[in-house]
Amino acid sequence: MSTPDKISFAQAINQALDEAMGADPKVMILGEDIADAQGGGVFKATKGLSTKYGTGRVRTTPIAEQAIMGAAVGAAIAGYRPVAEIMFMNFLTVCMDQLVNHAAKLRFMSGGKTWVPLTVRCTTGAGVGFGGQHSDMLEAWFAHVPGMKVVSASNPAEAKGLLLSAIEDDDPTLFIEDIMMYSQQGEAPEPGFRVPLGKARVRREGSDVSVITYGRPVRLMDEMAERLAGEGINVEVIDLRTIAPFDEETVLNSVAKTGRAVIVHEAIKSFGTGAEISSRIHEELFSDLKAPVQRIGSKYAPVPFSPPLEQAFLYSEDEVTTAIKRIMG
Amino acid sequence: MAQQLDQTNDVDGATLIEIFRRSMRVYKTDERFRQMLMSGKLRLVYYPVRGQEVLSASMMTALNIDDYLVTTYRGVHDQVAKGIPLKDLWAEFTGKVTGTCKGKGGPMHITDPDTGVMVTTGIVGAGLPIANGLALASQESGDGRVTVVCFGDGATNIGAFHEALNLASLWKLPVIFLCQNNRYGEHTAYAASTSAKQIVDRAPGYGMEAIKVDGNNPIEMYNAAKAAVDRARAGEGPTLIEAMTYRMLGHTFGADFSYVPKELQEEAKANDPIPAFRTLLLARGVSEDEIAAIEAAIDAELDAAVEHALSSEYPGLEELRIDVLKEEIRA
Repeated sequence: MSTPDKISFAQAINQALDEAMGADPKVMILGEDIADAQGGGVFKATKGLSTKYGTGRVRTTPIAEQAIMGAAVGAAIAGYRPVAEIMFMNFLTVCMDQLVNHAAKLRFMSGGKTWVPLTVRCTTGAGVGFGGQHSDMLEAWFAHVPGMKVVSASNPAEAKGLLLSAIEDDDPTLFIEDIMMYSQQGEAPEPGFRVPLGKARVRREGSDVSVITYGRPVRLMDEMAERLAGEGINVEVIDLRTIAPFDEETVLNSVAKTGRAVIVHEAIKSFGTGAEISSRIHEELFSDLKAPVQRIGSKYAPVPFSPPLEQAFLYSEDEVTTAIKRIMG
Repeated sequence: MAQQLDQTNDVDGATLIEIFRRSMRVYKTDERFRQMLMSGKLRLVYYPVRGQEVLSASMMTALNIDDYLVTTYRGVHDQVAKGIPLKDLWAEFTGKVTGTCKGKGGPMHITDPDTGVMVTTGIVGAGLPIANGLALASQESGDGRVTVVCFGDGATNIGAFHEALNLASLWKLPVIFLCQNNRYGEHTAYAASTSAKQIVDRAPGYGMEAIKVDGNNPIEMYNAAKAAVDRARAGEGPTLIEAMTYRMLGHTFGADFSYVPKELQEEAKANDPIPAFRTLLLARGVSEDEIAAIEAAIDAELDAAVEHALSSEYPGLEELRIDVLKEEIRA
């Protein structure tokens, strides 16, 4: 249960969709099980919307991701602002062609004659025992594609503000939700609140080390920073919010100040977004660095089912604090 | 579900002449591309459409200019028949900033919303789900537009075809799936790649109306196209048209196509749709002079288009940073 000034992550998504549909008749939602006749979405993110706006604008689709994404791309070209719900991030592999070859590239390939104001929502994340095909963090794949944006929120208020910005944006945006966070409660945002795309947030200022992260690890890093402050280590915590294109200015300003950086994400470390951010820091600030940039991610393995293995696969706070203490010398 | 074509349904003279004009606009464009490639005046990967002109011309004549078209990399016949200005098309094929897409898309990605050419895809089968989306927009907005998506027989073996037909039928979308069965998918003959005896046989599984026609016969093709357009516009749902035709040249310009049996090539030459159409018009009382005047007007448009394309500038290098996202990428 939530009090009026608190909302859950799932409610935040629902409110953002509701506000977007109420404000703009061109917003429509396509996805599996999303209408009220099918329960309003497996995570209830679309509950009530088909009843309020009709099953024309809130369309339950077959389990056919190419058909969903293609329909969203076509409707977007024709002036709609579709939100395509691809239930799990791994299912994006089924419709990569529509997203990567079409949604992301049509503006450029048409010389600006067409564009794709599409938002794709998906959920993912290890920790609930879904195993190898429902848990991956694939954001680096999409960050590597010119022409689309990738975002992920760390709390309900910003989820709402970020999703509204994504829907109102004229470029395709992948909005990544975390399955472990749907019931997480947080402050309800003020009406009209938006999180601008491409802008990171410095959650906590610090002078010793910059921790750059996004999504679920943000709260963990806030708590860790609080503890480390007690040990005399002042951590600056940056929530990227937009993963691609990421807010280089905020990241570089922070690391120029602290001289140390640790990048934390749930995606596996190899070839992850941390590699790109680390490289940019080294390219711009090599002589200002007091230590090499550190990356903490999950292990190089498919997400395992067995709970001890799943926990061992995931990045941990211990790994972050160990890295911080190592580079603090 | 397969419809029976009403053979007595004639096509009026003015419509027939319009189909012929569009057919010749395609024929001459394709011919000029091949001439210029042969003489070394142009360098690009070109997918010839020789033999498929009348099919496209008949389909597009049944549409309005603002109806939507989605086609493929072998799509110049569809684009030209839809009405795209030749100078814009030629400038795009030559990579010039005056092209439909500022030279940034090229032959495989022609886009011209002014003539309803919304997407040209280089990925086999990918256009079908997108066509559903365009049709979905029309269904929701009630703008009355119809979407046509063109693809080859080879595309009916990819998953996107099946997902798209199911959804279009489920939602009764105003979309027409125009399969141009030219008997070869790249270098592989129909029978070696396709389990269905004919493409129309795939429609009943999706509860979809379907019709098989001789795509090279303008009367048959136009009547099938018109019926499908009328159904879509009336909100009665999608149609799959299997239009039989033949790709008279190789997969790409200059490519060997000795894999096509000699007898089939001979048969196709004997059934070339362009001379047959001319004979039909003459038999219907259209004069040689009228035909010559149509051709002369196309030649003039084509000469001007080629001259325009060759004399136009290439895009400035700043275009690398423009249209990637709405906001220009920082230098």
